[in-house]
Amino acid sequence: MTTVTRAYELAATVRDPELPMLTLADLGILRDVTEHDGAVVATITPTYSGCPAMREISADLEHTLRRAGFADVRVRTRLAPPWSSDWITSDGRRKLAEAGIAPPEPAPRRSGPIPITLAARSRVTCPRCGADDTVQTAAFSSTACKSLQRCRVCDEPFEQVKAI
Amino acid sequence: MTDDTPYDHLSDGDSEDHRWAFGTGFTDPLEGIDTTVPDSIDPEQLATYCLMLGDDALIYSHRLQQWMTRMPELEEETALANIALDLLGQARMLLARAAGIEETTEDALAYFRIENEYRNVRLVERLDTDFAELVGRLFIFSAWRLALFEKLADSRDPVLGAIAMKAVKELTYHRDYAAQWVVRLGDGTEISHGRMQDALDTTWPLVDELFETRLPASLEPALDRSEVDIVLDTVFATATLDRPEVPARAAVAGKTGRDGVHTEDLGYVLADLQSIARQDPEARW
Repeated sequence: MTTVTRAYELAATVRDPELPMLTLADLGILRDVTEHDGAVVATITPTYSGCPAMREISADLEHTLRRAGFADVRVRTRLAPPWSSDWITSDGRRKLAEAGIAPPEPAPRRSGPIPITLAARSRVTCPRCGADDTVQTAAFSSTACKSLQRCRVCDEPFEQVKAI
Repeated sequence: MTDDTPYDHLSDGDSEDHRWAFGTGFTDPLEGIDTTVPDSIDPEQLATYCLMLGDDALIYSHRLQQWMTRMPELEEETALANIALDLLGQARMLLARAAGIEETTEDALAYFRIENEYRNVRLVERLDTDFAELVGRLFIFSAWRLALFEKLADSRDPVLGAIAMKAVKELTYHRDYAAQWVVRLGDGTEISHGRMQDALDTTWPLVDELFETRLPASLEPALDRSEVDIVLDTVFATATLDRPEVPARAAVAGKTGRDGVHTEDLGYVLADLQSIARQDPEARW
């Protein structure tokens, strides 16, 4: 196994501090791992501009790689293309649902000006009971990347990762 | 860690934990990004433009944060905190872009400039006195900023373009959130309708300033106001509100927020925003 592959596989196991059931690879924010002048360079992208976990994620990545013997580790940010919830892997989606968080529907694809939405968004499947009769109670939740929903069958509130 | 020294580990220079406070190990939000300014762009002008857009977000984010603990429901509290956080994130990247060009730091720009060095529009400075003012201004600001950033996604500066592309996804949510409240209040009871209309009338004199430009069109896209008006008018009509017909607030000797001429309100924002940093500029936690 090459150094870069080993470093990537290790970096891919680091967990997201706010969605700890997911690894950085599951969430799609680990963009790549390369070798540059003898240093391992891991590139990550924020989910949202104000994501307060970026520093934490960067520190966790550095620690994990250093502990495994990589002496020179650098973590870089990449902004473009911007993170999309479509980048969450199928493994990641399954883990989210198991943790009671509904995975996102496909991100909207648009051309031309973005239309305004005055009515509630499309319904999602309740991750607890599987019913489709759910309603969005808030477009924002405990983190910027999630919305708050309620199931009208089991009556439980739950979160959904927003489709962006 | 013992109980009497709960902060010791925060100040440990070798620790990775010394963060979450001003000046304490925040990384550059543009870390690792190629920040070379393309030859076709005047660096000074690019820095000025990033400062304008960054200051809008920084000052407005602070005004939104001042609503924390005062929102009517927990869900609204969470929504507003997230919106303020998104804007703060946009502000950090834009100020970092300007700081990199001007060989200063993001923190120096945020904490050690005085009023007339800020380039934000005057619209973002005001203290809301009413929930209707909060959602009315947020709707207008987000509709304008979203339309502008959709254009900026193709900026000649790839860094500004990347920041804008990312922000577009966030601003879409901000605009929808505020618009839904404008409709709910406008098309609500007689009292909520009256207060929503008053809020728009109060906000309107500072709307024209959003469409002023200061820099070459190759850098600062000229926004066709009708693109924003379509969105505003659609929501006003749905909300049974009238588009305000009040005169724009006058410039001062031809100068407005973009030139560093502000309303008295900005001083209060800065006093709050900068107080800790100014009391102890060398502080480390």
